[in-house]
Amino acid sequence: MTALLLGIIHTWLVVGLAPMVTGIVRLTKARLQGRRGASVLQPYRDLWRLLHKETVIAESATWLFRITPYLVFVCVALAGTIMPTYTTNMLMTPAADLIALVALLATARFFTALAGLDVGTAFGGLGASREMFIASIAEPGILTVIFSLSLLAHTTAPANIAAFVLSGHVGLEVSAGLALGVLVMIAIAENGRIPIDNPATHLELTMVHEAMVLEYSGRHLALLEAAGMIRLQLFMSIISCLFFPWGMATVSSGAGGLVLGLAAWLAKVGAMSVALGVFETSIAKMRVFRVADYLGGALLLALLATIFLYVSEAV
Amino acid sequence: MIIGSALGAFVALGFLAILFNGRHWIHSLTYGACAALCVILAGDGLWHMVMGGHEAAPAIVLPIGIPWLKAHFRLDSLSTFFLMAINSPAALASLFGIAYGGHVPEARRVTPLFPLFLFAMNGVLLADDAFVFLVSWEFMSLSSWLLVLSDHTNAEARRAGLVYLVMAVFGTFCLLAAFGLLAGHAGAYGFAAMRTAHLGPWAGGLVVALALLGAGSKAGMVPLHAWLPLAHPAAPSHVSALMSGVMTKVAIYGLIRILFDLRSDVGWGWGFFIMVMGALTAVLGVLYALFQRDLKTLLAYSTVENVGIILIALGLAVAFRDHGAATLSAVALLAALYHVINHSLFKTLLFLGSGAILTATGERRLDRLGGLLNRMPVTGLTFLVGAAAISALPPLNGFVSEWLIFQSLFHAPTIPHWAMRFGVPVVGVAMALAAAFAGTCFVRAFGIVFLGRPRSPEARHAAEVPFVMQAAMAIPAVACLCLGVFPVMATSGIATVVEPLAKVQLPTALLGWPWLSPISPTDGSYSATMLLLTFIGLMLTTVIALRLFGTRRVRPAPAWDCGHQEDIVNAQYSADSFSQPLRRVFGSVVFNAQERVDMPTPGDLRPARFELRMTDPIWDGLYMGILRVVNAIADRVNRLQFLTVRRYLFLMFTTLVVLLLIVAIRQQ
Amino acid sequence: MLTAGFEYHTAHLIGAVVLMMGFTLLYQRRMSAVIRAYSWQATALALAAAWQGFVQHAPHLYATAAIALLFKGVAVPLTLSWLVKRLGIHRTVETALGIGPTMIAGVGLVALSIVLVLPVTSGAGAITRESLAIAMSVVLLGLLMMITRRNAVTQVVGFMALENGLILAAVGAKGMPLVVEISIAFSVLVAMTLFGIFFFRIRERFDTLDLAYLETFRGERQ
Repeated sequence: MTALLLGIIHTWLVVGLAPMVTGIVRLTKARLQGRRGASVLQPYRDLWRLLHKETVIAESATWLFRITPYLVFVCVALAGTIMPTYTTNMLMTPAADLIALVALLATARFFTALAGLDVGTAFGGLGASREMFIASIAEPGILTVIFSLSLLAHTTAPANIAAFVLSGHVGLEVSAGLALGVLVMIAIAENGRIPIDNPATHLELTMVHEAMVLEYSGRHLALLEAAGMIRLQLFMSIISCLFFPWGMATVSSGAGGLVLGLAAWLAKVGAMSVALGVFETSIAKMRVFRVADYLGGALLLALLATIFLYVSEAV
Repeated sequence: MIIGSALGAFVALGFLAILFNGRHWIHSLTYGACAALCVILAGDGLWHMVMGGHEAAPAIVLPIGIPWLKAHFRLDSLSTFFLMAINSPAALASLFGIAYGGHVPEARRVTPLFPLFLFAMNGVLLADDAFVFLVSWEFMSLSSWLLVLSDHTNAEARRAGLVYLVMAVFGTFCLLAAFGLLAGHAGAYGFAAMRTAHLGPWAGGLVVALALLGAGSKAGMVPLHAWLPLAHPAAPSHVSALMSGVMTKVAIYGLIRILFDLRSDVGWGWGFFIMVMGALTAVLGVLYALFQRDLKTLLAYSTVENVGIILIALGLAVAFRDHGAATLSAVALLAALYHVINHSLFKTLLFLGSGAILTATGERRLDRLGGLLNRMPVTGLTFLVGAAAISALPPLNGFVSEWLIFQSLFHAPTIPHWAMRFGVPVVGVAMALAAAFAGTCFVRAFGIVFLGRPRSPEARHAAEVPFVMQAAMAIPAVACLCLGVFPVMATSGIATVVEPLAKVQLPTALLGWPWLSPISPTDGSYSATMLLLTFIGLMLTTVIALRLFGTRRVRPAPAWDCGHQEDIVNAQYSADSFSQPLRRVFGSVVFNAQERVDMPTPGDLRPARFELRMTDPIWDGLYMGILRVVNAIADRVNRLQFLTVRRYLFLMFTTLVVLLLIVAIRQQ
Repeated sequence: MLTAGFEYHTAHLIGAVVLMMGFTLLYQRRMSAVIRAYSWQATALALAAAWQGFVQHAPHLYATAAIALLFKGVAVPLTLSWLVKRLGIHRTVETALGIGPTMIAGVGLVALSIVLVLPVTSGAGAITRESLAIAMSVVLLGLLMMITRRNAVTQVVGFMALENGLILAAVGAKGMPLVVEISIAFSVLVAMTLFGIFFFRIRERFDTLDLAYLETFRGERQ
């Protein structure tokens, strides 16, 4: 019962706080660029405004175009529901391990790309093509990271990996360091952040994700934007759960542990948002075809992380 | 008994169809009867599986064939499973054929062969001696060859038939040699005698190699796959579905029969080899599929990919067994069988979908289609389910089997040998790449065919296919969903097959409810049922919340397209442009893809031309190039005397690395 | 409180950074980025040496660290950038093998060195084996850089990355005399100077630093 209740609270938190994360990133970037920037609550206002706008649907669109925003939003929110954040004691956590989590995100991407192709415009196709291209190399990278973590912790369940890290069996493992690096690289790519994609641009030649959702408006767009925000926060939660689970509450924790876990999670995600803002300000976007080198490099590093486990006798 | 009469009925149907060749009704009658017979056979297999397998498999000896060689038949749990796995998609293909079979080109040549093809495939499953097995196998090859050749006026089909015949003969020859070795000096051609036969290490290894060549060439293992993407699309679509969805599974059955039943001492080295070949097959197969312009060829190459994934699991199972990890071996084998049944379902569904598209538009070229989802809603929806399932998306069935294969891969480094330990991560990356590419490939296939604006008048005037065809596609779509959402149903069924083969009790976590776990619950778990329930809950909440807080006003308008409103259909992304980024990155390496743009100067009225050239490395390199290689070697050796500084450095470096490698191997 | 495990894990993390920089060298496409990556590698090496000095209580390793930081981390990169600017060398790295294949080959070399090191050090425990594997990988990556990059400057960088790997192996092993390290450092400095002069000579003669032209001159290539 507690697990169910904690799980429901968790879902509301994950969905509810996601726009805030985006707000923090935007504010950090604005400050670093010498602007005052909008309040961290601005993304909430944006979503609210979109919800109240009329939805325009292209005449050539099919039903797939209409259901995709719902599917994408729910898939990403479902992934967020499963990934432990402040406690591992949640009913839904065993429903999917990391592989299934990646597959859930892949489902969301599959439908977004299809919706990009649906209207039959050049930009939608461009976005879909590039998004699938990036995902084709990023997804194996994540799976390889999961591989090395599962070799280390003998499990693919995020809660159990967190418990393993907390138990102190793993030191400053080289492999873990590499895996963390790869996961960060891929998280940047999957969320369409600089240097892979620019979430703020509508410059035709440089966009990937924005090009796919170009035809969306109103509440559909609100859902897709919200899904993007949840995904960003989800990746931060994944990183904090797998590599920095300190403070996280477990099945045996009481109310104090839960509060501590919540505070620790908020602090970690907040710190990562600021770090992302700083990073994005300090780097330039790369050419689309350079992305293959970047992600291929990440994939190979992930492979190295696995191989290094054999040397350090961790396996 | 039921099975025997069903098989007899197939033969009778074949002759009946020849007899009444000219009549119209014969097509529907034949396909209808085939569907009924397949349902009976599949139901029989299912019944045997549900009843918990066989303690003593019923065996029959029939006095047919050469007088002193009696034909042995036997139905054990493995044949039972494949009986079900093969006849269910075959029933769907037959059902599709009721409406479709009469309209294919040269239908009179197709209809009589269809039941005979089914008869041969079932015969392979029931065989309990090498003689019946090989005769049925060859009968299967020849009947499918004739089906490929049915449209004999088509030059491409003739070429496909030629290549197929050569490869089929090669494969049967390899299997013949393998069984010859297994039978030994005494010529004990029965499977029962082969199980107890003792072979030396060399003979044992040779048997595995020959079996891999024979069954692998039929299943489409790279580099023996060359015939498959030629032959499968050349046949009528419901036959393509049989060949891709069903016949490759018969080949997998042959491989499992030899590797896991007839031989029980296959070394881990072979397991490693099969795994690596599987990885190669999976990645190359999907890379080929990614750049195809013909829908059916694309599907055929995707079959190659899935066979690769099955081979990875089989190789793992062999390696685990040799290291005494019986439970892990059983899990890997179960994953392989799960993928067998999954692939047979969704590939049948997709090929039938391509048949429906062909019926509605007469086109298989991706770039002539588009916008079919509005015109063919049922075909579109079922094709979407198939595409999502083959891309391994939860909660569909493809994901469950790939998840199980990944889980067993993740346990493989427990095998303490450095080739396995270093090979497995690479295979894992290859499989992950294959899965991700498959997603891209099917976004492309579905997106170009069913979405966007129609690219040709045929696509613009397409209409939905008859109800029977819709039903034949809807049933596997529902099955894909059920096998994905209730995986425990499937795993406990397959467990009855795997347990006698692996001689081990499967862990209950694998069969537990509702969490599916590979070995123990702490290893990681997956529950599609719970996921789906939560999904529905979240979806309802979202929809209600949007109704409460948002406006529901919707306005249709012309596509915005960043303000470029135009009505040029060709401005859409095409199949080639969709795969362009991946082509630049992988195509240039693997297929030597070269793009050339011929842009006329301003004022010139010539149209601009874009040319794309790709070469098939395996066809050009292996099949056509054996002679060339010999010549090239002679030239190369001569040239060694005139190298540059950097090349000499490179040579020294390579020598160093090779020497280090030798040291490394010697040390083990 | 520092446990032995923590000391060694930190040492390996720093070693891994050196290795990563070896990969970064292979990944870069611009000359300035290559030189910067080399500078970072040398800095990481200095850190590794300093950490080993701290852990082993060996003051002479601090000297090694200082040499690495000053010469390789600052002086050599500055000289190289000056050379690049002075000689007007093409700003992009000319590759003989693409970036992707080079990286794959690099991962293969790392795997190879791990396979080699595993049995040799079976008595030595995980600690030595990991540092040896890392050092050997850095050496092989340097070699790889030398053979897959065309320009003479990048080849020099590859050579010096190789030398970084040797130093990394040396600081990991206990009881390496300072004299050896100083002599290595000086030999690199001399080599550096020689290369510098060599560059000027090649450039004066052929107007390029692409070794392919040298080959043409020798009549090796038509």
